[in-house]
Amino acid sequence: MISKLFQHLFKHIDAFLMTCLFFALLTSLFVLYSASGQSLDRIYAQAVNMGVALSVLWVVANISPQKLERVALILYVLGVLLLIAVALFGSISHGARRWLNIGFTQIQPSELMRIAMPMMLAWFFASREGKPSATNFIVAGLLLAIPVALIMKQPDLGTSLLIASSGFYVLFLAGLSWKFLAGAMVSLLGFMPIFWSMLHDYQRKRIEILFDPTQDPLGAGYHTIQAIIAIGSGGATGKGWLNGTQTQLDFLPERTTDFIFAVFSEEFGFLGNMLLLTLFSIIIMRGLMIASQAQSTFSRLLAGSITLNFFSYAFVNMGMVSGILPVVGVPLPLISYGGTSLVTLCLGFGILMSIHTHKNLVAN
Amino acid sequence: MGAELKNYLHEQHYFRFRLGVAALVVFCLFALLAFRFSYLQIKQYNHYQTLAENNRISLVPIIPNRGLILDKNGVILAHNFFAYTLEITPAKVKNLEETIAEISSLVEVSSLDRKRFKKFREQSHNFESIPIRTHLNEIEAAKFAVNHYRFPGVEIKSRLFRHYPLGKLGSHMIGYIGRINDRDLKNLEESGDLSNYKGSDHIGKSGLEQYYEKQLHGTTGFQQVEIDADGHAVRVLSSTPPIPGDNIILAADSKLQEIAETAFGNHRGALVAINPKTGEVLSYVSQPTFDPNLFVDGIDSESWKALNESLDKPLINRPLRGVYPPGSTFKPFVALAGLEAGKRAPPYSIHDPGFFTLPGKSHRYRDWKPSGHGTVDIQKAITISCDTFFYGLAMEMGIESLTSFVRHFGFGRKSGIDIDNVSGKSENGGLLPTPEWKQRRFKQPWFPGETVIVGIGQGYTLVTPLQLAQATAILANNGVAMKPRMVSQIESAQSGKKQMTPPVVQDRVVLHPDNVEIVKRGMIDVTLPGGTAASVGANAGYSIAAKTGTAQVIGIKQNEKYNESGMNERHLDHALFIAYAPAEDPTIALAVIVENGRHGGSTAGPIARKVMDYYLLGKVPAIEAAKDNKQLTGNTAATTAPPEEELHD
Repeated sequence: MISKLFQHLFKHIDAFLMTCLFFALLTSLFVLYSASGQSLDRIYAQAVNMGVALSVLWVVANISPQKLERVALILYVLGVLLLIAVALFGSISHGARRWLNIGFTQIQPSELMRIAMPMMLAWFFASREGKPSATNFIVAGLLLAIPVALIMKQPDLGTSLLIASSGFYVLFLAGLSWKFLAGAMVSLLGFMPIFWSMLHDYQRKRIEILFDPTQDPLGAGYHTIQAIIAIGSGGATGKGWLNGTQTQLDFLPERTTDFIFAVFSEEFGFLGNMLLLTLFSIIIMRGLMIASQAQSTFSRLLAGSITLNFFSYAFVNMGMVSGILPVVGVPLPLISYGGTSLVTLCLGFGILMSIHTHKNLVAN
Repeated sequence: MGAELKNYLHEQHYFRFRLGVAALVVFCLFALLAFRFSYLQIKQYNHYQTLAENNRISLVPIIPNRGLILDKNGVILAHNFFAYTLEITPAKVKNLEETIAEISSLVEVSSLDRKRFKKFREQSHNFESIPIRTHLNEIEAAKFAVNHYRFPGVEIKSRLFRHYPLGKLGSHMIGYIGRINDRDLKNLEESGDLSNYKGSDHIGKSGLEQYYEKQLHGTTGFQQVEIDADGHAVRVLSSTPPIPGDNIILAADSKLQEIAETAFGNHRGALVAINPKTGEVLSYVSQPTFDPNLFVDGIDSESWKALNESLDKPLINRPLRGVYPPGSTFKPFVALAGLEAGKRAPPYSIHDPGFFTLPGKSHRYRDWKPSGHGTVDIQKAITISCDTFFYGLAMEMGIESLTSFVRHFGFGRKSGIDIDNVSGKSENGGLLPTPEWKQRRFKQPWFPGETVIVGIGQGYTLVTPLQLAQATAILANNGVAMKPRMVSQIESAQSGKKQMTPPVVQDRVVLHPDNVEIVKRGMIDVTLPGGTAASVGANAGYSIAAKTGTAQVIGIKQNEKYNESGMNERHLDHALFIAYAPAEDPTIALAVIVENGRHGGSTAGPIARKVMDYYLLGKVPAIEAAKDNKQLTGNTAATTAPPEEELHD
């Protein structure tokens, strides 16, 4: 009886993926405890965030992909309208206009766009029966450009690029021609010097610092320099949990959020990093498998994009903390402290699970 | 059906191929990360291990020397001096509270010092040293030095402090620096300059110190210092020297400034003198003034209260922010408007009965001379300041064409001068009233009578002393408006190279030379016998073109007499005076406003004369000469001073 109820409750939860997520979230709590200077309050707060995020995951997993397909357009339009509202009436914090005050709380519409963007494009190609015609790609490109431009204007370069890439994944999986991809790559490289020459001196300086943190060791470069020292000094097996000197001696900034990977890396070393990369790889492979088995154009494009987007976040964060990518404000998925990004991530995983568990129903 | 299924299978096959490509990319990029981790954690492990555990690298900022502010002759207006400070590096101290308590048993540490220390500590890294006491005297420094061994992590440092050697002189122009506060931090963060202020605790707050902050501050250097496990500096790994700030050199002359300020005596007011050909500000007076040195290390509440609550408002930058009705000094510009519009071409003249009435109205707009001036043409109208003439002219021109013409002389708009006026935030733009403005402001229509009084610079019209000087300079320069600026050269402290700041043409009013000539002749006559400022021009040795003005502080009712003797001093009329000289080829144009100084010719005019005398002839006013003499001989008897130069007519 109880096992039946259990089966019924979790019939749309993918046990394999769920186990992976469970391990990642458990890791997050351990690293956070260390990064926050043994703060139980932080752990408690993040546990609450996880509860909310997993509930969202459960709810979304129970919604069929067909229903998701029907709300894709609405979500997209709503997202764009909210972004316009942000541009017009948004509140400013740290020099950027990203939040919308709706009385009792503040919302960040760019978060909604992370899911709405791939859904919209997946819907668009599904409704065109997946035909990779040039016109379709031009229209899709425009649909992608509008929110990306609005978010770039906030300014939030990191998020806008990641949303652009989530849309790009749909285009790529829908069959964007190789010739076009090659052409875009070449023209992008060709435009670089022209773009560079159009910048002001101080803008150039900022970009240079982005790529070479040692140019500004007291300012923007400080984060990266300290993070690399933390990672490097972790060695093969790490200094051990709660023993990272860089971490515990306040050298590392933003330890619980964007730079949490440096904490993990210092305390668990190369071995820990490899395990984490493996865990992320397994999650990504599972997602790609779900995408390849999905039975509608919408489902597979969406599943593919969500999975690859998860990869982008992980890669960009670890890349920036270890100094091979410029520093942009991107948290490490599933590990960094913070509710919003966790909820968005779990929403994505919920969709993946929904696509996976509903396919048999369609087949039947 | 079959074809569709085939299509579907083909599509799925193609999709899987694409997924495969994506998986390959994922694999490659993760491999890149793995490679990076192995490089940092395996190959370079020893290097980073050394950096992180046994030795901690600390970055110590080296504050650049702030640039100097000099007058045109190289007299120092703002410089830096070294003073001892007691600083704590929190990372090296076991118990902060205890350490501070022990320090205060040796040298005095006030609650203000503690508050400041706490604030700085919240804003800085643990390994940065933070001042707990500034300006230690020799005895305090020695006392601490002897006990230094008891305080690991506490050091005596010698830091640079700003000083304004001339004190109150020109303080509204020079401005001052003060401690960086939260708002400054926010601005620095937004402009991306925050990291350049690591270690610095002062920033320009007003005047030139604020406007030229970027140039004056310079670039912060830093040292990479290796520190052992006990927190002792072991060696300097690398050092990037700071780049000192540039020196800024003013067009103003501190001696001229002193003469101008002294000339005001106990009067409140403002003076701005401009070189009309270049826009350079030669003198910039706001009276009374204050000592900027008070602000450098945080002003104490008593001094602040005294300055802030004084009825004389010494903190107000009058040339930039004070607004006054221009009074009769507005007339030359109205006259030029009339001439350019073709309304008052000579030999046009009126017969002045001593008042003006609007057609069909009985209200009399009175002339300052009740009996009237008789026959008056436009040139004479300027010379004798005939109100009646200008009432009629303004009425005939109409408010809109009048204001749109004089706007070219800088009235009603900001000049963009280079003192604490970044993007025009500090400057008052004055007011040139129009019917739309009145509708917006008071929700009332414009009345013809309001146009009449604009003709003599009364009514809603408001100007700043800077605007009035600028307008005079534009007139002197035949309609070419040079942007006013304080700084004439910027000197690189590194290379010693001086760079001139180029004159900028701001506006160009096309004027007919004959018309300009008429107005200028009228203004020259003002300083000749028979003019309203004949005493100012007497025995000058060069020709002066001028205009006097008086501005009402309180309204006088119709049929009521202005009774000077029975009035509160602060209700007396403001005295105004504009002038340029030499009239044929002007190199100085100025405006003087003496608050409650009553008559332009008798109070404001002599101030202007002293400034022009020194600027053009190098002549030091008698009272000044007396003071210098006194200093030379050491004679303190004031009675030996010769009487002030006679300037009455």
